[in-house]
Amino acid sequence: MYAQMVKTDGKGIKPDAEMTPEERRFQARIDAGEKIEPKEWMPDAYRQTLIRQIGQHAHSEIVGQLPEGNWITRAPTLERKAILLAKVQDEAGHGLYLYCAAETLGVSRDELTEALLSGKMKYSSIFNYPTLTWADIGAVGWLVDGAAIMNQVPLQRTSYGPYSRAMIRICKEESFHQRQGYDIMMKMAQGTPEQKRMAQDALDRFWYPSLMMFGPSDKDSVHSAQSMAWKIKINTNDELRQKFVDQTVPQAEYLGLSIPDPDLSWNEDKGGYDFSQPDWSEFFAVLKGNGPCNRDRIEARQQAWDDGRWFRDGLSAHATKAQARRAASKVAAE
Amino acid sequence: MSSEWPLWEVFIRGQHGLNHRHVGSLHAPDAELAIRHARDVYTRRNEGVSIWVVRSADISASSPSEKGPLFEPSNDKVYRHPTFYDIPDDVGHM
Repeated sequence: MYAQMVKTDGKGIKPDAEMTPEERRFQARIDAGEKIEPKEWMPDAYRQTLIRQIGQHAHSEIVGQLPEGNWITRAPTLERKAILLAKVQDEAGHGLYLYCAAETLGVSRDELTEALLSGKMKYSSIFNYPTLTWADIGAVGWLVDGAAIMNQVPLQRTSYGPYSRAMIRICKEESFHQRQGYDIMMKMAQGTPEQKRMAQDALDRFWYPSLMMFGPSDKDSVHSAQSMAWKIKINTNDELRQKFVDQTVPQAEYLGLSIPDPDLSWNEDKGGYDFSQPDWSEFFAVLKGNGPCNRDRIEARQQAWDDGRWFRDGLSAHATKAQARRAASKVAAE
Repeated sequence: MSSEWPLWEVFIRGQHGLNHRHVGSLHAPDAELAIRHARDVYTRRNEGVSIWVVRSADISASSPSEKGPLFEPSNDKVYRHPTFYDIPDDVGHM
């Protein structure tokens, strides 16, 4: 999941008796499955929570380009390079859809960018892990995009119209991402013993960080309860994590790779796997900024923002001049 | 802080014969680049045969509070729908 631990402003779900008539009408619309659109009335906490959630999601798409971009120049074949380039371009597109959705809530693009660069807004913890070998690109597509899809498919039904529409568009494109990752893993797993070892090593390193993507258990979280009442969160973190494990284990078996969890076992009663939790102290350390690549990621974004300034300003200046020229020639013609 | 590029709304004709449809928005310094960005952001998989862009600031929209006065009057004009009229089966398809 690309948005982790998004806090609402409230202290849990507001009881019906404490709601203003406007809030009650709003909740009734959501309960009836209506979509909320930008200019319509919404509680301020709904707006602020959505800005945080959609913003964090957008930042994740943008920062998520970095670990994969790392391998574009070193992809093993021209075809793999073209595919990876297309995937990374998609991530940029997904970031843009989401930034536009966030902007409909009254925050500007520059404000969002600056909040990312200053560390005020977060992005998914997963992108603070390095991609050390080509097999990691396979593991990222298979596991990271797989986990993202788990979260994004239900969000297509989210209550905020622009967010829902962005999610629908993203989900359409995301399945290519996961399949190309699995395709790389298949090639590696069926390759030389050394290639297979690389594939296993990538799975070993990305398994637990992928489980962390769903965030810690939130079954008792007041923030999650409010977000679920507003339908900006559809499933609990644990539900999604379970679904992800159940889906992924057979895929690993097909590859002939083993999940790095000695306690993993099928539980007939619940119809799912029992599995070990990731190390949550590592998760909190990464969120705080102490993961393997946090500093590199923000430095890369800061550099892109600074180095691009003359270009953004130049195009704005050109647009202003061209408009003045057009206005002048129109006056001359009249 | 540099000034932000203005926001544009993007409309795409998916196939010949269909209407242009609103697909989303983007930032660009001018119309020409807005079309190029729209190509990159919204038509990476053959989604379009034609693109329109318009400055978001130039769009006038009805307000949600006007929903009643604007759209309710058509609710009680059921005679505008063909199903309002009972035509005997004997007449055949009409």
